[in-house]
Parts: sequence; C-alpha cells; structure tokens
Amino acid sequence: MPEPPDFSNWSCPLPLRDYPTVVMGHGGGGKLSAELVEHLFVPAFHNEALSNLGDASVVPLNQERLAISTDSYVVQPLFFPGGSIGELAVNGTVNDLAVSGARPLYLSVGMILEEGFAMNALGRIVDDMAKAARTAGVQIVTGDTKVVEKGHGDGCYINTAGVGLVPAGVNVGPSLARSGDVILLSGSIGDHGMAIMSVREGLEFETTIQSDTAALNGLITDVFRAAGSSVHVMRDPTRGGAASSLNEIAAASQVGMVIEEVNIPVRTEVRSACELLGMDPIYVANEGKVLIFVAADAAQAALDVLRQHPLGKDAAMIGKVVDQHPGMVIARTSIGATRVIAMQIGEQLPRIC
Amino acid sequence: MKYLDEFRNGETAQKLAAEIRRNTTRPWKIMEVCGGQTHSIIRNGIDQLLPPEIEMVHGPGCPVCVTPLEMIDQALAIASQPNVTFCSFGDMLRVPGSEKDLFRVRGDGGDVRIVYSPLDAVKLARQNPEREVVFFGVGFETTAPANAMAVYLAKQEGLRNFSALISHVLVPPAIAAIMSSPTNCIDAFLAAGHVCSVMGYRQYPELVERFHVPIVVTGFEPLDILEGIRRTVNQLEAGEARVENAYERIVTLEGNVTAQTLLQDVFEVVDRSWRGIGMIPASGWQLREAYRDFDASRRFSVRDIHTVESPLCHSGEVLQGILKPNQCPAFGKECTPRKPLGATMVSSEGACAAYYNYGRFISADQLAHA
Amino acid sequence: MCLAIPGRVEEIYQSGEARMGRVNFGGIVKEVCLAYLPDIAIGDYTIVHVGFAISKIDEASARQTLQTFSDMGLLEEELGPSQDA
Repeated sequence: MPEPPDFSNWSCPLPLRDYPTVVMGHGGGGKLSAELVEHLFVPAFHNEALSNLGDASVVPLNQERLAISTDSYVVQPLFFPGGSIGELAVNGTVNDLAVSGARPLYLSVGMILEEGFAMNALGRIVDDMAKAARTAGVQIVTGDTKVVEKGHGDGCYINTAGVGLVPAGVNVGPSLARSGDVILLSGSIGDHGMAIMSVREGLEFETTIQSDTAALNGLITDVFRAAGSSVHVMRDPTRGGAASSLNEIAAASQVGMVIEEVNIPVRTEVRSACELLGMDPIYVANEGKVLIFVAADAAQAALDVLRQHPLGKDAAMIGKVVDQHPGMVIARTSIGATRVIAMQIGEQLPRIC
Repeated sequence: MKYLDEFRNGETAQKLAAEIRRNTTRPWKIMEVCGGQTHSIIRNGIDQLLPPEIEMVHGPGCPVCVTPLEMIDQALAIASQPNVTFCSFGDMLRVPGSEKDLFRVRGDGGDVRIVYSPLDAVKLARQNPEREVVFFGVGFETTAPANAMAVYLAKQEGLRNFSALISHVLVPPAIAAIMSSPTNCIDAFLAAGHVCSVMGYRQYPELVERFHVPIVVTGFEPLDILEGIRRTVNQLEAGEARVENAYERIVTLEGNVTAQTLLQDVFEVVDRSWRGIGMIPASGWQLREAYRDFDASRRFSVRDIHTVESPLCHSGEVLQGILKPNQCPAFGKECTPRKPLGATMVSSEGACAAYYNYGRFISADQLAHA
Repeated sequence: MCLAIPGRVEEIYQSGEARMGRVNFGGIVKEVCLAYLPDIAIGDYTIVHVGFAISKIDEASARQTLQTFSDMGLLEEELGPSQDA
C-alpha cells in the first residue's frame, strides 16, 4: 500500500485534504480540476511555462518559439452523433496549439486499449484520426499502444500530444485580455455536450444535434491575417463550457467581463435539450468553437473574417472586457437585468471528452 | 421553444415591471414558495426590475433541502451497500449528509445512478434482476405522481428488486406553518404553479380565510412571475385577500384528477419533519400499507445513524425566509457549492445555491450598476 | 424538482400497463408517460415533469395571456407619459 501523500509542506494543502480520493469533478474542467492543477501538479513540476496555464505551453527553442500541448480522451460513448473519440483526439490537441498562436505541425498518439475491444471499432477510430489529421494539415508522427485486461479501460483511451511553431510577433495568452477588448465567439455553443447527452444511458433523447468537433487552425489563421496583433486571447471552450473559459481568462488577466446573453448563439435544439435537462448552454462542452478577445477597433474585421469561414458562419460579438469587477464575469439577462456567470464547481456531465 | 420563449420576452418584462412600479405605494413582502421560482427570479434578475418597496422572500420550496437529515443519511447507508443500485435525480448527488454525500459514495465504489425519470429506475430493476434497485423519491406534489406511478407499476409487475425511499412534502401545510410562526412577516404568497397543476388550488381559500393573505398561483418564466407579482400587488394595495390563478394556461381549480386518484391510492398523509424547520403536522406523504413492500426504509435496515448538522448552517432560517442567503455568515466562506454545509447550497432549487451561482455576494443594486 | 417543460405530443402508444407517447420539445423528442392525461391527443401541447405529462396546455388561454400583456401599458401610452419615468 503506497504511503499517503504528505501534505504538510505544500503551499495550500487544505482543498485537497477535503477529498481523500479522486472524484469525477476533478476531471470536469471546473473549480475542482483547477484546484488539482494548482495545488498538486504545478507545485510539483514547478516551472514558468507550466505556471502560465495556457491551453498549450510556449517555450523558447533556439530562435523559435515551440508550442506543446497534450490532452487525453476518455469520452463515453466512443462513437456519438457527429464524431468519435478519434476526431476529438486530433482536433482537440490541434485546437489547443492553434489558440496559443501556433501553427500545429506534429502529433503523437498514445492508445490504451481494453482486451476484447473490437478490431473494426479500432479501425474506425484510427480512420477518423487519419482523416482529421489530413484536414487539419498535421502529421501523426509517433505513437504507442498498450493493452489492459478486460474490465479495465472502457474500450479505448487516447492521449495525443502536439507541437507547433508560434510565428514571430504573435503573442496571445490567457493573461493578455485588456479593458475595452471585444469578446467574439465563433459559433453556437453546447452542441458537443448535448450530442453526447443524447446518447447517454438514462438521458437519451431523439435529436439531430451533432458534435461540433473540428480543427480550428485554418479559421484562426484567417483571424490573425485580418486582425494581427489586435488579437489578445484565444481559447477553445471545451469542458466547463464558455463560462469556464471566460472565468479563467478573467482571473488570469485580472479583468472584468460583461456578456450579452441574447447575443450568444445557441441552436434551437441545443437550447431545448438544455431546458429539458435543466442545464445552461454556457456551461456545456464544445469541441469546435473558439473565443477570441480582440481590440475594439479590429473587432468588426475579425468578425467578418470569421463569418466568411464555414466554421464561423454563426460568429457573434458576445461581450466586452471592462475595468470593473476584475475576475468576475457578468451577464445582462434577456429581461435586461444582470447576473454573474460563476465558475462551475465539478462536472456538469461526466466523460464528455 | 413554443410556450416558453414567448414568456421570456424582454420588452414585455419591462412593461410588466413598469406596471408593478406604477401600482406600488407601500412596502410589501411577498414569498415565492417554489425553489424553481426562486431560481428563475435570481437567474433572470427579476427582483432587479421590481420597485424597492417589494421584497421577494424565498420560501421552503426545495424538497431536496427539506428532506430530513436522517433520511439523507439513510439513503447514503443504503447506497453504500454492495448489491444496491441507487438511483436519484441529479441534484441529490451533492446534498450533504452527516459525513458524506452520494457523490462520495459513488467515488468509494457505490453504484449510484442519475436518472431523469423514476421510470428509468424501474427499467433498471427490470433489466438487472440480480441487483436491488432503490429510487430516492424526493419531491413536492409535482413529482409525487411520477413516483407513485413507479411504485404502482413495480407492484403490478411484481418487480421484487425495486423499492423507493420516499420523502414527499406538501405545500399548503408549509404555508400554514410559516404564517403561524411568531416571526412571520409575509404579506402574500406566490403559490407554486406546477404543484397546483397536479393538485389544483382548492386547498388555498381556507388558508386565505385563516390568514388573510393573497395567494396567487404563479408560473416560472419571467413573464409569469412578473404577472403573479403584479396581481399580488394589486390585491395588497386594494386591501384584498383572495386566491387568484395567474397561470391559467396550465392550472385549473380541480387540478389533475387522474393523478390525484393514483396519489390517494399509493400515498397517505403523515406528519413530516422538515430539515431546518421542524415538525409540520400532516405535511408529508408516505407509502400506504398496500405498497409498504416497496418501501426502501422498510426493506433495508440501516443501523447506527447518528445525524450531525453543521452548527454553522442557517438553512432553516433561509428556508423560512428569515435570512437571505447572503446574510448568512457562512455564505461563500465556510459554505460554498463545493463544500456545502446544508442542502440549500447544492440543490438546484436551493436559495443559497441560486444566490451563489448567480453571484449575489454583492447586492442586487450593485449588480445592476455593474 | 418543479422543472416542467412544454412539448407537443407527436405519437401515442401503449407500453405494458402504461400509456406512453413521444413528445417534441423544440426539436428534441423524448418518450413521456401520458397515463395522467387520458384525453390528450396528437398535436396537443403538454407540460412534462420528470418524464410525465402532468397538464395539457390550454392554447387559447396562453394566447389570451400574451394578448393581455400586449395590451398592457397601451392605455397609459394614450394618456401620456407615466409618473415613474
């Protein structure tokens, strides 16, 4: 039996003491996940690049800047309306690199397969990965496969890591939002999460909602071309939804935000599904959307460019960055009142990506 | 969505609010009974549109919040048993018992499942005859028909491995208890619209007679709530006290008679202790003798339950409308949704959760000027 | 929970003891128990709580309510600006 960790010399052990075991919330993308990172991983690994907590880390390499990112995919079910774990695994890491300002180049793949997993299911997943990689313009250059006994591993878990290069002059990051910035959203939110919900046991419903999984690097390149250094922050709102991303950026940049609820694009069916299940689309996971914080004078140009791209046709201006209430994201409700968009605690929906 | 979006129209909301402001000349305290209404008010900021004379007081309309601690601990003990598949609605998962919650039980290896409908639990029982499937049936009168049907069908089918842990509470006795309390200062009630869609509103004239307060049956969307408040204020300003139905498209005087028939068959009225409030006579339902075989509290003997409430928790006062959540000293400090001291901080109908999740640390006024 | 959502009845069928239906909520279709609304018909709107239809929506009444809201404030507008501006 391994020794329990010694919390006494950690900087702030208290929150972890509340949970002697890992709970699902630790993987939810909300406060619990953030605490695990802040109080366990960051202090242990201890370096500047990690502490920035961007979607990817940008590190100097000779004269270049290298971006590195990794993500693991444990989605259930493996195949869902609009995609599969394979597409998520490629697009997710490509997107983390792209929103950090990098041109995604190479991916590694680690697969953990369960004994007894059907070979043609694996074939489909691999095929999906290959197609996604081709579409994104990246190469999967190395990988590893492990098999675990039946009963461990839920079919298939995938980890992808990716590297890219950040062009000179590009500087984006969660701490760079400035008062006056306009907040753009590239399209409708909640599609991925509700697509998964629709096939989850006990909660199934008939719908045409599809996951929005997509590689955003092409779209993002267009935005940089149009708005250049006016782009300050980009983030793809996955687990925890747009709410989590907005809150993380507000905290990192120490700015406030005001969001217009009526401007947030949500597909009718996604809205209905959220009503049915008592969920708020702003907390639901996405896999093919990007939030862009851009200086006000370049906002219209950026928005126009988004709307011209097939992945950004529903793009909208959803709010702005303000000096007041730093760290807090406030929304104007549909009836003209205000409410706070708080950080989610644990998981709204487990095993979403 | 039809019959939803139209009742959220921003312009009309402003109009209704203007009407209310026009007609309000004195301070009034109006209690909305249902937690769903509390959430709608806080989430949409409806209270920010009201004139300062009107104070919305949040009532005990959160069945999860008022389920006795003993029953929560009992549920946790049952869920921890190895052959049990424990099913409940999603927001029960983080309700704190004396030591832990269902989330922890799941983390420790318990088979805890979130279901959308009690019929999903019945289905699980059918599909898994070797498991004991227990459904946690918590709710007001709105949810009782669903829970009754689950137990009724299980009995019809002879599903021996299904049972329900029932914690049903009733609204009219709660209103009476609040009005009878020496600290009461409520001038009028917004009755819970969906409770009334099941039960009708025949029970309310007696309460109006006894306590001389307007009771207006009200829905949940912003326009419904504003209309309910508008009619309430009109009565108050005119010195009237009667029952009014402001949710006519859904609620009738008689309610759903078919549902009431099955409810009579399956449940009987019982005295119930409301967590944080105390004993309210004839305020709950339990399974009748004919259905007791399906009563999980009978089927599972759970010993040694020592209930311990947090001494810092003021849920009871919040539920009675004596304290606003952000007036509780522990709010946002020792008590957050992450580590809740009481059920009101985690239930989707709990007032404390509404205040925390929609940012009511600062006053409504400060928020409006943000 | 008191969360009940309006939907349109698309299909009605028997499932064992219970009368069930498929209800369309703004494009999402879910199976719902209709046992408590024996007179509900295809095309009717109902509100659904935890998988059960508990009340039929009176569409005329809904229209009436919305009309009342629409008419509200019109008299004031005719008479002139209100006092609380």
